[in-house]
Amino acid sequence: MLEIHDLSLTVPIQGQPVEAVSGVSIALAAGSVMGLVGESGCGKSLTAQAILRLGEHQGIDKTSGDILLDGHSIFAMDDEALRNIRGGKVSMVFQEPMTALNPVFSIGSQICEVIQLHLKLDKKQAQARAIELLQDVGLQDAGQVLKQYPDALSGGMRQRVLIAMAMSADPDYIIADEPTTALDVSVQKRIIALLRGLQQKRNLGVLLVTHDFGLVAEMCEDVAVMYAGQIVESGPVADIFEHPAHPYTRALMACRPEVSEAGESLAVISGQVPSPGQWPTGCHFAPRCPLADQACEAGIAVDAWASGNHLVRCIHVDSVSEDTGI
Amino acid sequence: MSMLEVRDLGKTFAAGGMFRAIGKDKRAVDAVSFKLDAGETLAIVGESGSGKSTIARLAMRLLEASDGEIFWAGEDVSSMTGSALRSRRSHIQMVFQDPFASLNPRMKIWESVAEGLRVHQPEMPRNQRRQKAAETLALCGLDDSGLDRYPHQFSGGQRQRIGIARALIVEPKVLVLDEPVSALDVSVQAQVLNLMKEIQLAKGLAYLFISHDLSVIRHVADRISVMFAGQIVEQGEAVTVFAHPRHPYTRALLDARPIDHPGDRTEVALNGDIGEGMADSGCAYQPRCPFASDACAGFDGQLNEQGYACLHPLDQ
Repeated sequence: MLEIHDLSLTVPIQGQPVEAVSGVSIALAAGSVMGLVGESGCGKSLTAQAILRLGEHQGIDKTSGDILLDGHSIFAMDDEALRNIRGGKVSMVFQEPMTALNPVFSIGSQICEVIQLHLKLDKKQAQARAIELLQDVGLQDAGQVLKQYPDALSGGMRQRVLIAMAMSADPDYIIADEPTTALDVSVQKRIIALLRGLQQKRNLGVLLVTHDFGLVAEMCEDVAVMYAGQIVESGPVADIFEHPAHPYTRALMACRPEVSEAGESLAVISGQVPSPGQWPTGCHFAPRCPLADQACEAGIAVDAWASGNHLVRCIHVDSVSEDTGI
Repeated sequence: MSMLEVRDLGKTFAAGGMFRAIGKDKRAVDAVSFKLDAGETLAIVGESGSGKSTIARLAMRLLEASDGEIFWAGEDVSSMTGSALRSRRSHIQMVFQDPFASLNPRMKIWESVAEGLRVHQPEMPRNQRRQKAAETLALCGLDDSGLDRYPHQFSGGQRQRIGIARALIVEPKVLVLDEPVSALDVSVQAQVLNLMKEIQLAKGLAYLFISHDLSVIRHVADRISVMFAGQIVEQGEAVTVFAHPRHPYTRALLDARPIDHPGDRTEVALNGDIGEGMADSGCAYQPRCPFASDACAGFDGQLNEQGYACLHPLDQ
């Protein structure tokens, strides 16, 4: 189980710590897939990276909360324990497969480095393991790929290599941060199929960070929607697609071109996501919300149950319905 | 009269530099023809490397075509150069994907927006240019409080509005939009798409809309050209192409769209990276095509009367 409890993070803006993630709690069960959805700048990548304590050297500080990996606090770990977790128990797959691979080392040396760091294998065994991993991610000519350099591979192949690297120490959890955003549509579909296949075969827990509800629909069992540093809604994916309860979730789903008639005006959310440091008091979404009233601006909305294990952070959750049009 | 027309447009990039001796010339665009009328949106869809951005640059005469003809408002500009070409450039303007990279960080917003006027109306005094920039920005939904600010002070959506204003200020008849909303969040994307539609209706602009995102294309396009390996493989009314694709590649692209709802999930298929490539002769799509036959190796790839280039079309 990977649990984030009431996590708050600050980022340095002009030398001052400014809160960018505020009281986030999510729980990812072993073997399940959770989507963390939101627009740019809402704090979803910061949250995901905090799981491996990445970004600490960039001045990102935790001001409250904790992250527990199978009951052990990540923040209580010393450097060595943390090194073993990173890439060992929890791996990351990043968005940009070109920048995540080093252009001056062969694919083989980059994969073997990770393998040898985590598993006690000699060079030959590491190579054999690398070939196995590359075949697992659908690269048939694995022996050849090992000898190649990143620039010789297509975007889709590079992303497969990164997924293979993430799998090298047989992790329990994968954090995938926009893993398909930089890829062509047809390649995207295959990478999604690959991730789903590996997830099922190895019973991985996956935290999928994305802005794309289509990807959530494809892969996730649960979803948490973030807005301006907070989780505003979370629950099982079917519930949230059928009955989105937070005005922000509803608005975000409605403005996708997929759900509108061709040629019609698209639904929009007026304004833009406020930057950290410019969050309103009270509900962060209130200035853009058609349901907002004085109570929203004054009070801090707390999580309410919409149904079952479907949580919503909105005091007007009862008035949100099909006929209000939001 | 079409606002923009290209006939048999082709572009070959020569292998160059230190690999000249061993390199192969690259045929980036081959025998592409289309017409674009006032008030109409033609979308060009294709994957990275399919040649869609090259077509945009050829049509704008930013890149020299290897062969073919280009007409702006009926006038052949294929071999026009120098001041003759420059005087006609205001006819067709471009909006880029990344508005931040295309704005000079050291220029105030109004100066960036008004830059085209210095070329196309050099006699216009500075205060009038500023006034015109303010009006054009207002049309794009930005008030005049931002005129003296710099690009980094704006969000991605606002920058794209600035990019559109910058193209509109010289009053073009054709806008080439190269992935104009790909870098934007979905909520901002909706705002910008709506804005582009309003401007098109108000000014009767013709849009050449280049994108890899089929959901966006379905929303904006009147007609659609599907590109693969430098050629148009299917072309027609957007509604028809989306409902009844005839080329297997179009079908594959449509099938690759993300699903709308978790209930639409299908079985996991792990089939590797088979056929990311393309054939050198005959139909380029052969290595990926489930219907490919021996005859496809000899196919010339020309669009037929019904608007598709395939020997084994899908049923209607």
